[in-house]
Amino acid sequence: MSSSTVSAIPGKGTFRRGVHPPEGKQYAANCPIEILPPPAQVVLPLLQHTGAPCQPTVKMKEKVALGQQIANADAFVSAPIHASISGVVQKDSVTTLPNARHVKTLPIVAEGEQLSGQALWDDLYGGDWSLKDLESRDPKAIVSAVREAGIVGQGGAAFPTHVKLVRNPAKPIDVILVNGCECEPYLTADYRLMLEAPQPILAGALLAAHAAGARQIYIAIEDNKPQAIEKLSQAAEGTGVQVAVLHTKYPMGGEKQTILALLGRTVPTGGLPLDVGVVVMNVATAAAVARAVLRGKPLTHRVVTVSGAGIARPANLLTPIGVSYRELIDHCGGFRSRTARAVAGGPMMGQALGDLDAPVTKGTSGITVLTEEDVRAAQETACVRCGRCVDVCPLNLVPTKLALASRAEDWDLCRKYHLMACMECGCCAYVCPAGIPLAQLIRTGKAKLPR
Amino acid sequence: MEQVIESEPSAPVVLHVSPGPHVHSRSLSTRRMMLDVLIALAPVLVAAIAVFRLYALMQVGICVASCLAFEWLFAAMRGRRAALDDGSAAVTGVILGLSLPWSAPWYVALIGGMTAIGLGKACFGGLGQNIFNPAMVGRAFVMMSFPAMGAKAYIGSAFDVVSQATPLSAAKTHTAFADLWVLFIGNHNGSLGEVSAVACLVGGIYLCVRRTASWEIPVAAILSVALFGGIGNLMYPANAWTVAHHLLSGALLFGAFYIATDPVSSPLTPPGKWIFGAALGGLVVLIRVFTNYPEGVMFAVLIMNAVVPLINRWTIPTPVGGPWKPAKK
Repeated sequence: MSSSTVSAIPGKGTFRRGVHPPEGKQYAANCPIEILPPPAQVVLPLLQHTGAPCQPTVKMKEKVALGQQIANADAFVSAPIHASISGVVQKDSVTTLPNARHVKTLPIVAEGEQLSGQALWDDLYGGDWSLKDLESRDPKAIVSAVREAGIVGQGGAAFPTHVKLVRNPAKPIDVILVNGCECEPYLTADYRLMLEAPQPILAGALLAAHAAGARQIYIAIEDNKPQAIEKLSQAAEGTGVQVAVLHTKYPMGGEKQTILALLGRTVPTGGLPLDVGVVVMNVATAAAVARAVLRGKPLTHRVVTVSGAGIARPANLLTPIGVSYRELIDHCGGFRSRTARAVAGGPMMGQALGDLDAPVTKGTSGITVLTEEDVRAAQETACVRCGRCVDVCPLNLVPTKLALASRAEDWDLCRKYHLMACMECGCCAYVCPAGIPLAQLIRTGKAKLPR
Repeated sequence: MEQVIESEPSAPVVLHVSPGPHVHSRSLSTRRMMLDVLIALAPVLVAAIAVFRLYALMQVGICVASCLAFEWLFAAMRGRRAALDDGSAAVTGVILGLSLPWSAPWYVALIGGMTAIGLGKACFGGLGQNIFNPAMVGRAFVMMSFPAMGAKAYIGSAFDVVSQATPLSAAKTHTAFADLWVLFIGNHNGSLGEVSAVACLVGGIYLCVRRTASWEIPVAAILSVALFGGIGNLMYPANAWTVAHHLLSGALLFGAFYIATDPVSSPLTPPGKWIFGAALGGLVVLIRVFTNYPEGVMFAVLIMNAVVPLINRWTIPTPVGGPWKPAKK
């Protein structure tokens, strides 16, 4: 880390409270990104993002090529969807995503020649990424290219990226923060992308900064990823992009925590990063922005980590969006015998898979396969008000009060204790000595709170 | 690229669906916390046994047995299985035993245990629901029911120390002032747990380091006693009962480290803990100086327990990013 681009940062490099779960990165951290052979079918949900659902723009039986738009919406907060393989559109159907949302889908059955292997990699991330003269581009053109490419945040929340990049004179943006923290245990997709494709990440960061009118660009990486820090520092030399090293702590990758640790700015409760002049985007999102603007290619693939003690062969897979979880698990050799749970995402905030035939979406960062040993939880006993949840809540809430008030449906008490400020990171439930499902109770409370 | 996939014999895998987080820290459980308290109480128990010999062991033994038995009985009466293995009843028993004088008869310990568990805990709904510290409820009950219990401590004993008045009651009657070193080491009369300040400190610091007890409470209580005792010192410099005596004598350290830190009956947030500890220390000095009771820790704890919901209400922390306001429509 001798490089000069590892920079001094305005913030403290960390935030208060939080937890240190076992990292679990050893399973897949050293597995280079592997290209999944083209699947026979993909199922593309028409709602993979936060915002309005899309309507099909193609008909049944229509032949589509890789990257062709198949669904779109007029709403501003939405993102079009593109074919992730070449093939024939099938009759629409409905699937249930791991987040329990029932969504309409368009299946596509593969037909004809598919882009695969090294050619696919070159098309997505390989080749030459010029970092020069990116400022000559029209900011509005960047935003519309991002919109057209269907880019959404790939860190998990799947918020349409173009919405964040639109210049708003009332809320000027001065910092673009590219998030490579990847604080969820087990997940290594962002890490591998930083090692293997630093150029498109940097290009995307520069383009996003230009679009939003930001003067400063940081790439935030936790200090447990020295190789990624090294790689990006070298690549960023002379570009003006700064690599910021943050402490390793969960949930450092939560955007409010990253902003606080890196910039010392506090995003108001219920507010967005743009309220403090910041746009946060995941490293994979930044790479997708570069690809959309410089190559005119939509978001059709992403890197998905398949990891954990329950999977035969952990891997980081470059997969088309819409491939089923089962296919990825099978590709990785299937489950080991003591597997007890497969989680879409990481073990802290991910959702347990009930249906392995559900499709991977733009926001799917990984599959964590856990064994009986991993998921063994204490039997729930009474809260003794030990206050451990208070000690770890990154947002300074009182989780035990929120959880028990939510369970009792005491909405007045919930409001008094700022129920809606909770971001459901799960630190409280992770530490609770009494095994109380605090995060789940609070999540339920947030959903049921009368408005 | 040929890949060797190492697969295990295909056993049927049953996938469970459950809300996240899917991993849990196993470094701590309620049981482990109770075990920590018992470990931390060990030096105090050793000091008590050193001074009072088998009397101490018997007293604590009866209290623990009584607490466990009544925990089981009261749970059975409610048609539930008692969670004796969580260790909470045993902790109540040890603390109750250590807060009684060596000379309290066996039935006092038995009744103390029954009241602690029954009145102190079970009737509020069991573990985690009680407002007051169960051991202090038990002790308050037997103190008032058997007022002679304390006095009996000073007669007919085989040992020197136990024929003395307790340092605090001696001071109350202006007969004698204990030597500070004796108070610190523990060679004096009193309830079992209050004899050795050093033992309380050792165990108490262990509890705080393990974070089973919140350090804010004992620190606030001790600072507060030092402050109010110090004010008393300055006002009456002639009085030989100094602030150091206040700190080292009686149940102050035992109470500050082991009793006031009971998480169930103390506030949730650090600011609340500071308020709780400071007010507790103030009450201890107030009771010691202005009432007929030589010792004030027990009543101070019970009074402060009652105020905890109010303190919690005062000290709702502001979220990072400011209070949450419902969106305006």
